[in-house]
Amino acid sequence: MTRAGPRGNQWLGAAGLLLASMPFWAEPYHMQLASTAAIAAMFALSLQLLVGAAGLISLAHAGFFGIGAYTVYLAGGERSIFVSLPAAMLLAGLAAAAIGYLALRTRGFYFLMTTLAFGQMLFFLFHDTPLGGGADGVFIARPGMIWTVTKNARPAVFLLMNLVVLAAMYSMLWKLMGTLFGHALTGIRANEDRMRAMGHDVQRLKLTAFVMAGALAGVAGHMAAMTDAFVSPELLGWHHSAEALLMVLLGGLGALHGPILGAFALTLIRELGQSITERQRLVEGIAILAAVLLLRRGLSGLRR
Amino acid sequence: MKRRMGPMTLEARGLSRRFGGLLAVADVSLDLRPGVPHAVIGPNGAGKSTLIALLSGAIWPDDGAILLNGADVTALPAWRRARAGIGRSFQRANLFPALSVFENARLGAQSSIPGWRLAGKAAEESGARDQAMAALEQTGLAAVADQPAATLSHGQRRLLEIAAVLAAQPRVLLFDEPLAGLGPEETAPVVSLLRELAATHTLLLVEHDMDVVFAIAAQVTVMVDGRVLETGTPGAIRGSAVVREAYLGHRG
Repeated sequence: MTRAGPRGNQWLGAAGLLLASMPFWAEPYHMQLASTAAIAAMFALSLQLLVGAAGLISLAHAGFFGIGAYTVYLAGGERSIFVSLPAAMLLAGLAAAAIGYLALRTRGFYFLMTTLAFGQMLFFLFHDTPLGGGADGVFIARPGMIWTVTKNARPAVFLLMNLVVLAAMYSMLWKLMGTLFGHALTGIRANEDRMRAMGHDVQRLKLTAFVMAGALAGVAGHMAAMTDAFVSPELLGWHHSAEALLMVLLGGLGALHGPILGAFALTLIRELGQSITERQRLVEGIAILAAVLLLRRGLSGLRR
Repeated sequence: MKRRMGPMTLEARGLSRRFGGLLAVADVSLDLRPGVPHAVIGPNGAGKSTLIALLSGAIWPDDGAILLNGADVTALPAWRRARAGIGRSFQRANLFPALSVFENARLGAQSSIPGWRLAGKAAEESGARDQAMAALEQTGLAAVADQPAATLSHGQRRLLEIAAVLAAQPRVLLFDEPLAGLGPEETAPVVSLLRELAATHTLLLVEHDMDVVFAIAAQVTVMVDGRVLETGTPGAIRGSAVVREAYLGHRG
């Protein structure tokens, strides 16, 4: 997996600024849509640390997203974001540590199935026990921020906040891929037996990546809960994990920023599909098939 | 296991490994010492690569023990054995093709860096860089250090395979057919490198090319059907009627 060069980052930054200027020219509905896409981008980006960097395809990832989201509910009341966000990261990271510790003993297809099983366990934990507040989901009180956000200002404020969090996550992962740790993950994706033979503690490196990715998915989940003021067990389901994998695939496995493109593209395709036909899933499916068949490196490979 | 510098011995005692009904390695004992380059020869399927996998920790033996400098390392996973000083190459040159030649070597060098320092920028890690560059210089690849590994010739890939092993500064080298697929002109530089390494390391070489084996090894072990048929000096092996009957005679 490569990371964007200075030029690519300038383009991404420009696109981010364009989105950040939406409050000046866009409808609240479209700002909410951009927020949804930004959150999906965070989620898919956190998964890229596993899929694109380390070569681990996990179906438990939505579980960590959901834990981050439900942390807002479980924290209760209008707790400050400065408490709820770290708590979401911590809980999601802890869950990822426990699940990763066990699941990473398997490889390939078995890893996929093990993460599916653990992910569904998390799903049922919130779906079927009193812990999660019900199978249909619950409305929640948003965490408090430094100032009180009025109802009218919400779409703009949440959009800016989500863009800032997305940008922070991207730059952190961008830096991470340039470290020795990032290079070691690249090596594991290419050939983990060789990495072992060269003395790398592959298990620990993978677990570190798994926990980091889980904590970042928790951040995405927290932002989703905060933006929507609603959480439901569906957030933890394997469908949601598969959706993130789809965004990674659509954007391209080969570049760190691929999932951001994939998330925005998929959100846009959905929206357009919805506006032209009632069979929006069909539009979605055809668009994804076309992208995967025509663009072997995904959207991020378009420039090459 | 703590890393020790200086010469190391590696000993296999009665190693056995079964794959289903196949006894791939049966009761193999070997004694590897510094300055006594040791070659393992034998027909395809004799268990040579399995033996290397057992010694390096890629797979576990069903029976037997492996001693590194007299200490039992049989239960250590591959990465711990690598850090303890055992380096292995693979039969297929399975490098990291997207990375540069230098980065391939540095991945070998950085494995001993403690966890918290892995957060440092890769480009600024001087210890691993120096080790990687030293390995590239020794293998004659320093000039192509910045090229992607995918652009190397087959001969250069074999050298990089060795360089990545050397970058971790192992004391024991387990080389699985380092000359596989090389033409006559490409063989010479690798052979001279192997001779150089044999003088300073404890070397085990699995090789098909008898000229190379007899040029490098001081001890030769012949394996057939997972068992050691005979161990001796190159001269003794060449003269052995049993070996000629079981192995050398079948060739060509």
